[in-house]
Amino acid sequence: MGTAKSVTRRNEWQVMSVNLELTTKREHQFLIAALTGELDHHSAEAVRGKLDLELEIHPGTHLILDLSGLTFMDSSGLGVILGRYRKIKSLGGEMAIVNIPHAIEKVVQISGLHKIMHFYRSKSEALREMKGGLH
Amino acid sequence: MFENEMNLSFLSLSENESFARVAVASFVAQLDPTLEEINEVKTVVSEAVTNSIIHGYPEKNGYIYLNCKISGDRMELIITDHGIGIKDLEQAQQPLYTSRPDLERSGMGFTIMESFVDQFHVTSEEGNGTTIHMVKYFKTSKRAIYSEV
Repeated sequence: MGTAKSVTRRNEWQVMSVNLELTTKREHQFLIAALTGELDHHSAEAVRGKLDLELEIHPGTHLILDLSGLTFMDSSGLGVILGRYRKIKSLGGEMAIVNIPHAIEKVVQISGLHKIMHFYRSKSEALREMKGGLH
Repeated sequence: MFENEMNLSFLSLSENESFARVAVASFVAQLDPTLEEINEVKTVVSEAVTNSIIHGYPEKNGYIYLNCKISGDRMELIITDHGIGIKDLEQAQQPLYTSRPDLERSGMGFTIMESFVDQFHVTSEEGNGTTIHMVKYFKTSKRAIYSEV
């Protein structure tokens, strides 16, 4: 894969809680974060802490949030997503969401997130579109 | 008509959010709902329980009481806490309103609950706690089909 060369082991990390797993991968100024499991008030704390740390260390990071592995999300999850969006914007970055699974579609729809954030069907589409928008 | 009822009480710890929604989802599975309906039930339980944990018992833990009745194709869910209550119920139910922006609450909890059930009612008294009462009909339930025969 062409992009694999730009990824080093140092730039990948994983956070586990009982119901949620967060895996991240950095590709230059892009941070790709994949969530697997259940994102609720309980698991939100770990996600918020880890992502914020990464965003503060590398200001100007663009975040691609891959939700394909989520089996559950409620309004606490929406709060985490909105919170990261505001933080990234304040640090000069962009944020996109990819792969909304069927199980959380309705919550996302009601939230109106699509009105303020970019949604893409795949990580490669998000990377392509976001890189295009930055030039 | 098939009828069943259960009661749960548990401490207001965030660890119990997933426990509560899984318990109710398993219980209502007797009505043979669709995956989408099960997801909606899990979401409303999670919202109500999280509300009690964050807003009902912000400083010290207390008990959350959950009563679930199923009858035919109907589920009735009552979630109660004896916490601090909600000062302004009308304001609390406005979409995007949150009393705790410091905790990154989205202010969508009540809106989501209202959208995912057929009947929704909140009562609250300052100093005495909050009760959320919800009714949901499982439209594709096999038991609903049987009851029409």
